[in-house]
Amino acid sequence: MSKVIEGLRYAESHEWVKVEGDVALVGISDYAQHALGDIVYVDMPEVGDEVTAGEDFGAVESVKAASDLFSPVSGEVVEINEELEDSPEKINEDAYSTWIMKVKMSNPAEVDALLDAAAYEKLCENE
Amino acid sequence: MLCWMRLHMKNFAKMSNRYMPHTDGDIRKMLDRIGVSSVDDLYGDVPAEVIFKEDYALPSAMSEIELRRYFEELGAKNQRLKVFAGGGVYDHYSPSVVPHLLSRSEFYTAYTPYQPEISQGTLQYIFEYQSMISELTGMESTNASMYDGATAAAETMFMMVASAKKKNRVLLSSTLSDNVKRVILTYAKFHEVDITEIPERDGVTDLSALKELLGGGDVAGVILPTPNKYGIIEDFTGVADEIHASKGYLAIYADPSALAVLRTPAEWGADIACGDGQTLGMPMHFGGPYLGFISCKSAMLRKMPGRVVGATKDASGKRCYVLTLQAREQHIRREKATSNICSNQSLMALYATIYLSLMGDNGLREVNALACDGAHYLCDKLVASGKFHLAFNKPFLKEFTLKTDIDVEALNKKLLKAGIMGPLNLGNGLVEFAVTEKRTKEDIDQLITLILEEA
Amino acid sequence: MKYYDKLIFELSRPGRKGYQLPENAYGTDALASLPESLMRSERPELPEVSELDVVRHYTNLSSKNFGVDTGFYPLGSCTMKYNPKINEEIAAMPEFTELHPLQDEASVQGALELYYNLQQALANIAGLAEFTLNPYAGAHGELTGLMVMRQYHKSRGDHKRTKVIVPDSAHGTNPASAMVAGLEVVEVKSKPNGSIDVEDLKPLLDDTVAGIMMTNPNTLGMFETEIVEIAKLVHNAGGLLYYDGANLNPMLGKVRPGDMGFDIMHINLHKTFSTPHGGGGPGSGPVGVAKHLIDLLPSPHVAKDENGRFYIEHNGENRLGSVSAFLGNFGVMMKAYAYILSLGKENIRNVGPMATLNANYIKESLKDDYLLPISGVCKHEFVFDGLKDKSTGVTTLNVAKRLLDYGFHAPTIYFPLLFHESMMIEPTETESLETLDEFIDVMHQVAKEARENPDMVKGAPHTTLISHPDETSAAKKPILSYKQMKQNA
Repeated sequence: MSKVIEGLRYAESHEWVKVEGDVALVGISDYAQHALGDIVYVDMPEVGDEVTAGEDFGAVESVKAASDLFSPVSGEVVEINEELEDSPEKINEDAYSTWIMKVKMSNPAEVDALLDAAAYEKLCENE
Repeated sequence: MLCWMRLHMKNFAKMSNRYMPHTDGDIRKMLDRIGVSSVDDLYGDVPAEVIFKEDYALPSAMSEIELRRYFEELGAKNQRLKVFAGGGVYDHYSPSVVPHLLSRSEFYTAYTPYQPEISQGTLQYIFEYQSMISELTGMESTNASMYDGATAAAETMFMMVASAKKKNRVLLSSTLSDNVKRVILTYAKFHEVDITEIPERDGVTDLSALKELLGGGDVAGVILPTPNKYGIIEDFTGVADEIHASKGYLAIYADPSALAVLRTPAEWGADIACGDGQTLGMPMHFGGPYLGFISCKSAMLRKMPGRVVGATKDASGKRCYVLTLQAREQHIRREKATSNICSNQSLMALYATIYLSLMGDNGLREVNALACDGAHYLCDKLVASGKFHLAFNKPFLKEFTLKTDIDVEALNKKLLKAGIMGPLNLGNGLVEFAVTEKRTKEDIDQLITLILEEA
Repeated sequence: MKYYDKLIFELSRPGRKGYQLPENAYGTDALASLPESLMRSERPELPEVSELDVVRHYTNLSSKNFGVDTGFYPLGSCTMKYNPKINEEIAAMPEFTELHPLQDEASVQGALELYYNLQQALANIAGLAEFTLNPYAGAHGELTGLMVMRQYHKSRGDHKRTKVIVPDSAHGTNPASAMVAGLEVVEVKSKPNGSIDVEDLKPLLDDTVAGIMMTNPNTLGMFETEIVEIAKLVHNAGGLLYYDGANLNPMLGKVRPGDMGFDIMHINLHKTFSTPHGGGGPGSGPVGVAKHLIDLLPSPHVAKDENGRFYIEHNGENRLGSVSAFLGNFGVMMKAYAYILSLGKENIRNVGPMATLNANYIKESLKDDYLLPISGVCKHEFVFDGLKDKSTGVTTLNVAKRLLDYGFHAPTIYFPLLFHESMMIEPTETESLETLDEFIDVMHQVAKEARENPDMVKGAPHTTLISHPDETSAAKKPILSYKQMKQNA
């Protein structure tokens, strides 16, 4: 059974967002890392890239699957988690403490449209 | 039962083909198991209007004896020539060990190594192939091979566009050979990549024009050849730095045999090397099969198309090999894959691997030396005759271009009668010769005599 | 026998050699006179080994491989039929292997005649007007065929048509080829039996659709019975029909794609026409087209003049361009043509039916132990959704690996994606009843083992040279060459 934690917001495409001021930390959910299996590579954007809510910004790969990453928010990438370059398995170990990118949001209201923990949990149950 | 037998006899009157083992009894037993009364019943779901009822417009079945005779007759309509031309395909020699080992059916009747436990032979030779091509190009990573040099170059173009985010222009040197350029242009047209040709000056890429084109800031990558379509070894000093400064990538299209002696794509500062493996002893075979190769720096690995084999260990710690980085590929990524390629020229990669194992660095160097000496001998003699002039005074290896006033078509017809493939006619009085280690000094002297007689 | 795991590089000894070249008769050293700045500074690290070293090494490697000549290879969608030996000998004839692709046409009339005859034979077999033999593989054929599709609409000034419809059950290569050809993929749903949902197709057919890509029989080995209707709908909407020749084998002798309404198709000579798969290639993927598309085919193309002379056509203003440096994988074409002549017009009629008979025989023999999601007559292949008894936890992957222990190649697994435990079996027509029975017995045995000793099956394979390679670390830290292997040691 995969974990969903309170206090984060979720996209239907299984990314989570944690808001810190006007910056959003973005990662993938425990459900998503389970579905993928051992993650071997994370294709990350570059610092300075513009991302748009609902559009892809990278991908996560396991040995025999790959999944595009869709940004839950719009804005500019201000940091990427460089640790993932050498240790992509961090996502498998703890999906919620392992963020992939930090985005300086251009429209923080977008977060409100995302799912809360209860709604996301329901979504996972139905998949 | 009678009805079934009649149907059966009609449909399988000549059911004695050596490639289909079914006896009448077998067929009956199988139909019984399936629960239908005739083989035609297996096609009962096909609309009658699309069933093919006519005779095929093909000859009657041939026995092996007839088959051999037919191909011998066809073969007699071909002429095996002493080849003095190249144009991307060269008459190099391959030791007899290569075709012998390639004819082991454990190699050639296998498919893609999907099951690593029973495909270590294929996986290991691909790993060796990748290692050897990386040594020749100087690059860190090589894929399991592509269809041919031209398609490898086209895929290289895509790779650069995919890596240089949001840029869609690729520059091709005008000195890249025409049959490679044609394929790149076709792929680019459909995939909507902007191609600009860099003009040539004195037989080499016009580097000042290249610099100017880079000034636009919209160039994803540049493809340059070594040696080029005239046989010239171009000097790319400083080029990589300029391309990188404009945030583009440099790919070099290279002859892998020549890379045993020539400055490598890595030494020129390229990000990608590509080319055709035919020069690694492969039979000319009227255009194929050969192989295309792509090597790149590790940073571009994830954008590289095609199969890749990696080393790993099995559960008991034994060294072994697997297909890896498959998440880039079409069977997983579908329309987001790096390419649609889902195979490689595996057996030709084995060809290259065995050839390179036999030749080693020293053998390959000797091949280049013999070809280079032969080519310079021929070039010097033709120029000394006064009937030919150097088209460009530039260094070359085994292929070179001269200018002449003589009637090239007439000359080539005459050479053909003597069993010789003469130079390629590039037009405007330009002719291109190639010499390999298979041509003897006597062959060259004979060629010179025939040419000078004509003139 | 001893386990052999050396790399050719590890046999290398400085000074040893496996070649002998003629003495240099020119008395010069032209290489030395080339500018230093144009020469490589460091020598490549290639093996230095004797001829016998090379022969033993690669002979040892070959023994670690499984091919069609080793045993039954029921790999669905790959048509692993027997590769006749005479074809290998014919393709190796020096009268063909020693031809330069740019030789004067007068000196290659035999090769051009063969090439032309194969173009004609394939057109007749496919029920289409003309073929190009340039494409090197099935995927390359798909790409070329889709280029023809786009070129057709462009040449008519119809620039809106940029979408291609692909069934959701299609192999990943289809959408990938469409992407490379610059087309946008629109998925059409499959019905539970895997065939195209015509009602779902209808609303997709607007004036932005360039065409549809299909296989028939479809990915599940089932004939698309509504093909005539589908062809009518697509044509009426101004689109073209592309036939993926991956599943042509069961149609051989029975149905021609052109007669079903397809306008463009590719054929995998390495599947349907018996040329060896070569460990992954070289193959050949000729593309055929209906009459109205002939002018669009890529160059070069081989034609015949009124005097019976064969020649190479390079130009033609409508041609889509070139997809190969020369004429394609000529050596592969020779084998395919030899096979067609061996079959002749008589035996080619039996290829599809015997392949279909073999597949149905296995299917009916195993459906008590394996879950058959779609009943009814299949064509050359069919799909099981894993074992019928799901309680043991034994997966399709486990069954596939266990088959290796019994000396069979595994079926295609986890494709198509329509089922969770897909296992796709294609026996081909060249297998005998006895071979099929042995396979059926082993499949029953594995099902029995799964019930009685599931952990043993889950741990398979047990008897192969290696087992359970660590694919995760291979993908995480790729080691792609001997040099990288040494750096990691």
